[in-house]
Amino acid sequence: MVIGQIIANGILMGFIYALVAVGLTLTWGVMDIINFAHGEFLMIGMYTAFWMFTLFSVDPLAALPVCTAAVFVLGVLTYTGIIKRVLNAAGLTALLATFGLSMFLKNFAQYLWSPNYRYINNALVSGKTVRLGSVVIGMPQIAAAVGSIILTIVIMSFVDRTRTGKAIQATALNKNTALLMGINTNKMYAITFGLSGACVGAAGALMATFFPIYPASGALYSVIAFVIVALGGFGNIKGALFGGLIIGLTEALGGFFLGTQFKYAIVFLIYLVVIQVRPKGLFGW
Amino acid sequence: MVKNKKTLIILTAVLALLPLITQTKAVLNAFILLLIFATLGEAWNLITGFAGQTSFGHAAFFGIGAYTSAVIFYRCGVTPWLGMILGGIIASVIAAVMSYPCFRLKGHYFAIATLAVAEIIKQVFVSWSYVEGATGISIPIIHRSSGFGRRLFYLQFSDKLPWVYICLALFTAVIFLSSYLENSKMGYYLKAIRESHEVAEAIGINPTNYKLYAMIISAFISALCGSIYAQYILYIDPFMMFSLDISMKIVLLTVLGGIGNIYGPIIGAAIFIPLSEFTRIKLGGSGTGIDLMIYGLLIVLITCFRPKGVIGIAEKAAEKFRGKKTGGGGSIEAAS
Repeated sequence: MVIGQIIANGILMGFIYALVAVGLTLTWGVMDIINFAHGEFLMIGMYTAFWMFTLFSVDPLAALPVCTAAVFVLGVLTYTGIIKRVLNAAGLTALLATFGLSMFLKNFAQYLWSPNYRYINNALVSGKTVRLGSVVIGMPQIAAAVGSIILTIVIMSFVDRTRTGKAIQATALNKNTALLMGINTNKMYAITFGLSGACVGAAGALMATFFPIYPASGALYSVIAFVIVALGGFGNIKGALFGGLIIGLTEALGGFFLGTQFKYAIVFLIYLVVIQVRPKGLFGW
Repeated sequence: MVKNKKTLIILTAVLALLPLITQTKAVLNAFILLLIFATLGEAWNLITGFAGQTSFGHAAFFGIGAYTSAVIFYRCGVTPWLGMILGGIIASVIAAVMSYPCFRLKGHYFAIATLAVAEIIKQVFVSWSYVEGATGISIPIIHRSSGFGRRLFYLQFSDKLPWVYICLALFTAVIFLSSYLENSKMGYYLKAIRESHEVAEAIGINPTNYKLYAMIISAFISALCGSIYAQYILYIDPFMMFSLDISMKIVLLTVLGGIGNIYGPIIGAAIFIPLSEFTRIKLGGSGTGIDLMIYGLLIVLITCFRPKGVIGIAEKAAEKFRGKKTGGGGSIEAAS
């Protein structure tokens, strides 16, 4: 069945979108900052996986912890170096700082590594497929989806269960009250930004096996992630997960029924439709 | 009522005299882009600065303006002047259609909705063969021996000076309109809506209607800028015209120049456009992206180390210039 194949592809893609969106929703929900450099963080994650593979022949899946850690550090540095200074500035200033950062990172990558498309061809999972009845699924996609599910659950339980996670939630609800309760909000913000980076770092490693890697490779995902986050409700991890799945499915089905050139138009259209029924996103309040 | 008529006239006169100082092509080019983006900033300021509805999708109106005039010139040979008006009307209609459902949304949800609309329009243009899809349109060049009248009619000039004055005329008209609107009943209504939607509603303002008017005017002006830009650079494609980068550039220069202030966009444009042109001329062309890298870094540095700097300095200067303290404009808080 063609339709079964398409649904399977959509769901697998959806989980990856979800992981990217979970990272974005963290900073958005906790700090009320739209991170325009989120896609570039993803791109850095993908390049880290690529260079680990090319220089040290480490398989992207094995390099996942390295990519996660690298972008975690990048996130923390972004917070301490840039975001901290603009956190209390009026209106859209913080957003513009991240926009400048995104421009910088994208062109920095281009300067260092040229705009050429790069691929990881012979990774552990490359070229293998799994057959479920008439549905054929690539091993890279399965690995990426499984990895995304595990990481989303890890992040979700971290925020829900651990002391630090609770402190982050408290900071998100009310910064000043959290401060009065003895929470180091500054540290919480840094951790949130780091976690957000870690999500896309991991996503980058997972996606590197089946997506071309180039300086602008993250740009499209960041715009889609904006829509997913808004669709799920800002700061809501569960919302990002379901939003990701909805967008993944919409993209696959819409592309099949209306032509692939319209698949992104449909993705954005579905947001406009859903938001009419739930003006604050599916899980927003 | 235009309150600060004198300041505006002096500003316009100074801008009009600038081309007399130097006729260097690069400088005039930067000046033309500066005026186009300052006008776009004024348009964006109406809906975001005054009415407090953050739009990340102004590239949509800009692109529609550019495409309308380019397409009817390219396909039917109709003068871009007519295309400009038509583009403005189409952009206004689209603004009205999209605004009605979008204005129910608050803060970031609205911002993302405008971004989504711009992306949808981009995708439509990419796969629309009548407008040459992703290839883009190269605007046909009129014969090089054409006289000035004919050149004016088809909006193609052999040098940059006429462009300066066309862009300046548009900018002047728009800044006067902004000033008029700011001090009109509508301006006060919009500011009331910005400060508190609920309170504005409670005192009998219909927020949806006034936001809609602001959006329509804003879209119309953005489309005019788009037409002029298309005629000026003579080539357009959907990725360039409807890009998030254009929308963000408008946001950038208005916010850092001074959001909610009619002088904000021109101040912001006067800083950022020459900066981007300068880095592009000095470092671009190598294809390594180092120019945009440095530009990005400069944006980060400006926002980080002088988050209120440019705005603050501008307001102080404006106050001194007017010789009195005025309450209008000011910066808005987080638009959420």
